[in-house]
Amino acid sequence: MNRSAGTAFSLGRVWAMLLRYLYILKSSWPRTLELLYWPTLQVMIWGFMSQFFSQNSSYVARAFGVLLGAVMLWDVMFRSQLGLSISFLEEMWSRNLGHLFATPLRAYEWVISLLAMSVIRVMIGIVPAALLAIPLYHYSIFAMGLPLLAFLAVLMAMGWALGLAICGLILRHGMGAESLAWTVIFALSPVSCVYYPASILPHWLQPVAWSLPQTYVFEGMRILLFEHVFRTDYFFAAVGLDIVFMALGIAIFFVFFRNARHRGALMQMGE
Amino acid sequence: MPEPVIAVDNLVKRYGETVAVGGISFAVERGQTAALLGGNGAGKTTTLSILLGLLLPSEGSVRVLGEDVLRHRYRVLPRINFSSPYVDLPHRLTVRQNLSVYARLYGLSRRRERIERLADDLQITPFLDRPAGKLSSGQKTRVALAKALLNEPEVLLLDEPTASLDPDTGDWVRSYLEDYRARTGATLLLASHNMGEVERLCSQVMMMKAGLIVDRGSPHELVGRYGRANLEEVFLHIARTPEFEPEPVL
Repeated sequence: MNRSAGTAFSLGRVWAMLLRYLYILKSSWPRTLELLYWPTLQVMIWGFMSQFFSQNSSYVARAFGVLLGAVMLWDVMFRSQLGLSISFLEEMWSRNLGHLFATPLRAYEWVISLLAMSVIRVMIGIVPAALLAIPLYHYSIFAMGLPLLAFLAVLMAMGWALGLAICGLILRHGMGAESLAWTVIFALSPVSCVYYPASILPHWLQPVAWSLPQTYVFEGMRILLFEHVFRTDYFFAAVGLDIVFMALGIAIFFVFFRNARHRGALMQMGE
Repeated sequence: MPEPVIAVDNLVKRYGETVAVGGISFAVERGQTAALLGGNGAGKTTTLSILLGLLLPSEGSVRVLGEDVLRHRYRVLPRINFSSPYVDLPHRLTVRQNLSVYARLYGLSRRRERIERLADDLQITPFLDRPAGKLSSGQKTRVALAKALLNEPEVLLLDEPTASLDPDTGDWVRSYLEDYRARTGATLLLASHNMGEVERLCSQVMMMKAGLIVDRGSPHELVGRYGRANLEEVFLHIARTPEFEPEPVL
């Protein structure tokens, strides 16, 4: 028997897991449609609202895309967290962790495949919505240029950090914690300053907002659109915070993964 | 004397104050088929999970194929496999997709050939492209067995391999396992409470009760020792006799 499974890291195993999630995605067109549905709907609602505001508000009139860009970027963070969590939950729903971790698959290879799947899910959801905004509102988020890539990277990393922490909590507390995958991120939205500047928040709440990487992205996006300046100081602050949150997310995931091995949860966990 | 393929020494697993496995030791030689036999909650599945590295023990050591599973499980996992009715395959993936993913996880070359040969052997070719969730119990068991044999394991761990199967399919699975062991020289360890299955397949039986091995021997030896007609009667005797109630290990 020719097998080559003894290496500490294998792209082949990561690809195997990614392939598995792609098979799952392909097997259900309603799930693929769901990926497209919400971002497209959001863009339509906020796009028409922005059009209305642009004719009635000097703030938005100066930069029509500020709300629409915020909607799309917020969705990037939300979808990257949800994309990771949903792929993870697929394993819970199919009671399959016992099979997977009786193979040479390492937990970190699994995590890499979850991240890769999150990127794919975000692209499926966001790119069509962004393209739709071009004919509908003559607005292209791609006009932001290279800073857009920086914003995307920061937001996706924060989405992954949250996703990993949520997956860790589900490993620890079982499927009772499943709803965290859909709810946690919305608790952060008021202090993420997606649609308004951080200065609007009460003074005591502003440090909370500035401790989140996404706040720097949304503030940076507004500055970019209003003043045509990319704030590198904001970008590096966001990257620094991303590193902290990613480290926390990874730590929570792996601590609870090991804890699951102590409790026998890998064999039992599922719906 | 060669080292046993499976060597378990003073294995303990506690969940808080509950003792799931209370300090068991056993060895299984190469090419042997052995069984952990006991009722529900005896500690059979817990022991198999520890052998696979899916569960960490509280105390004790486990060696499989000469490697310490607790320290070097990734040296062992490519060479072993398992099947359990309590762990499922994703329902929406087809049988072929499921097997293909696992073949990749085991780093197999010539995956397509391997899957088609196994499908032929296990008579699952007609439903290779059917979603796993749409199979009958018997078909699922054969697919689970195909998954368990993908890497042609030297050690095969089977948790109730014929649970919920009709007698005909159960007999077919047992015959297949006998043939696999004879053909490859693999070592098989079953967790079961199916006495007929254990009598037919196994040369060594560890009788478990409340997390301890309360007796062991070949089915023939056990039947003779207790003066019973078959292993089922031995099992019932042990299950219902208070002196076999083991002392909890704390």
